[in-house]
Amino acid sequence: MDIFMKKTFLLEDLDCAHCAGKIEEDIANMEGVHSCSVNFLTQKMVLDIAEEDLKIIVKQAKKIIKKYEPDVSLVEQ
Amino acid sequence: MSKKLKKRLIRILTGGFVFALVTFLNVYFELPVYVLLPGYLIAYFITGGDIVKKALTNIIKGQIFDENFLMVLATVGAFLIKEYPEAVAVMLFYQVGEWFQSFAVNKSRKSITALMDMKPDFANVIRSEGILCVDPAEVEVDEMILVKPGEKIPLDGVVIKGASSVDTKALTGESLPREVFEGEKVMSGCINISGVLEVKVYSKYGESTVAKILDLVENANSKKAESEDFISKFAKYYTPVVVILAVLLALVPTLFFGEPFTKWVYRAFSFLVISCPCALVISIPLSFFGGIGGASKVGVLIKGSNYLEALSKTEILLLDKTGTLTKGNFVIQEIIPNPSANINEEELLELAFYAESYSNHPISKSLESRYKKERVEGRVELAEEIAGYGISAVVDGQRIFVGSARLMERQNIKITNVIKSGTILHIATEQEYLGYILIADEIREDALLAIRGIQKMGIGKIVMLTGDNQVIAKKVADELGIKEVYAELLPGDKVEVVERLFQSKSSEGKLVFVGDGMNDAPVLARADIGIAMGGLGSDAAIEAADIVIMTDEPSKIATAIMISKKTLGIVKQNIVFAIGIKVLVLILAAVGIANMWLAVFADVGVAVIAILNAMRAMHIKVRV
Repeated sequence: MDIFMKKTFLLEDLDCAHCAGKIEEDIANMEGVHSCSVNFLTQKMVLDIAEEDLKIIVKQAKKIIKKYEPDVSLVEQ
Repeated sequence: MSKKLKKRLIRILTGGFVFALVTFLNVYFELPVYVLLPGYLIAYFITGGDIVKKALTNIIKGQIFDENFLMVLATVGAFLIKEYPEAVAVMLFYQVGEWFQSFAVNKSRKSITALMDMKPDFANVIRSEGILCVDPAEVEVDEMILVKPGEKIPLDGVVIKGASSVDTKALTGESLPREVFEGEKVMSGCINISGVLEVKVYSKYGESTVAKILDLVENANSKKAESEDFISKFAKYYTPVVVILAVLLALVPTLFFGEPFTKWVYRAFSFLVISCPCALVISIPLSFFGGIGGASKVGVLIKGSNYLEALSKTEILLLDKTGTLTKGNFVIQEIIPNPSANINEEELLELAFYAESYSNHPISKSLESRYKKERVEGRVELAEEIAGYGISAVVDGQRIFVGSARLMERQNIKITNVIKSGTILHIATEQEYLGYILIADEIREDALLAIRGIQKMGIGKIVMLTGDNQVIAKKVADELGIKEVYAELLPGDKVEVVERLFQSKSSEGKLVFVGDGMNDAPVLARADIGIAMGGLGSDAAIEAADIVIMTDEPSKIATAIMISKKTLGIVKQNIVFAIGIKVLVLILAAVGIANMWLAVFADVGVAVIAILNAMRAMHIKVRV
């Protein structure tokens, strides 16, 4: 059983609620992501992931975010 | 205004100016097409260049139902059918709307975060190198911090030196300051008002009251309400459906009925403009967020949008008596010495106090608080608890019995039968009955207000549960106007009562339980919504409940229900308004009455109005 941890990110300049929903859905469906919740209003994303996957997942998540909202930058907190 | 917003505004204004100039010159000088078209194209690219760029990159990535792409498709289409001013104007209008939307969202983000402005920015920690100003997260447990007047208490701790009054408003909504002294706990997030405090930290920032509360409120949105789920589903189908309709609208009349192509294509483009469900997607979560933010301002923590929504459908409200409607502290009401015994009130109290002084039962505490005098060592001997009956002890060399009527019966002591609501403590020697002390729980000051408020919200079935006896339960219920009472319940019985009430409930309505969160965790969990009272300082209550009332005021229950009804009202208005306008404009566009301008309004205009409406959710009137 993998041990999951909660990791919070800031989605800077997240401006479109519709895109936030799409980003949330796509990242949640990524392999290795236990759960993903994007809060449009606080511009925060909380990921439930295994620690050793962090780097790969952040890289893939950035790609997904770029696809929907090229202006948004992902900041680790 | 952020830099990005400012830049966008300047672009919109410049584009608007070029557009106006070209239009103006055209009216007076009838510009030839080779001047007019480039002029309009310049205006178009100044205003909408970023949209065109986004649209192009999105096509490459295969995102065809993207809002930017549809907007470009509609406006480029307008250029192709030689509606130049229309194309630029629609893009301009769209950008203005988008700008307002971003502006409104930013504004509401700011005002909601301001509501939750209880995050401490720094801590003055006392270390060997002096007093350092550091991030609260850097302070370790057991370190000493200094809190000056006017500063926010950054971490939970115990006051070691100093006295002051603290403002707990950010946490509880309570405007009356609380006095704190040496040895007392202080909660992070409160503001120190008058004196300098030295505080010994007992938990890390991440574990502190303020961090926990902020975390709860910020993440409350991840528990989605039903209406939010409805909107995300709706949004998923809405755009593709509208786009398909647009294609049909462009093709069917021209191919099958020989209608002019440009006329129908124009109408189809209007469809594309309305195809974004933005108004709904933004304003519904925003309403919930506003409601949750506003509630936290008055000291009601709601742990999810789903709970806020469900609360508005409350059908049965169960209230625990002790600790919720009553204070849960036992106060001496009467001291009645036996007239035939040679004893006065003061002596009777003294005997009872000494006999009970080894017990840690709440009754012993209430005797202590009434007796007030210092306890003299060595006056009590051989104190023993007779489980279920009371206490026997030797006070000043004489054996004393203190306890229930059953204890007196066991000792063969004749007592006068008293029927009063409360706990009756009989006192006797081995031979003689000395009298009794009546101890009762007090009803909270605003309990009556609470029940009235809840009734006013249209919740017909209010039920009180208690472990106390029938007489006490009946008295409290009568005083508060509660008709249905279940008394003498053991903790397990409460769950059973809840189960039974579930049977009588409609499938739509919700069953809400309010307790003090101390020993009613099973019931809190079983109810549709569990509300815990007096959450400040009680981690257990915050953990167990879905909604936490930070103060001891039951009237906040009514406030919470009111907030929930108001928020849901706003959500419904927004859903009906946004979908209504969109459908209406779609129909008008299909029959050729609405033009592209109106379509832009139905898109961004409606979004801005819905956002402004959503913001109302955070303004809460405290009194009900």
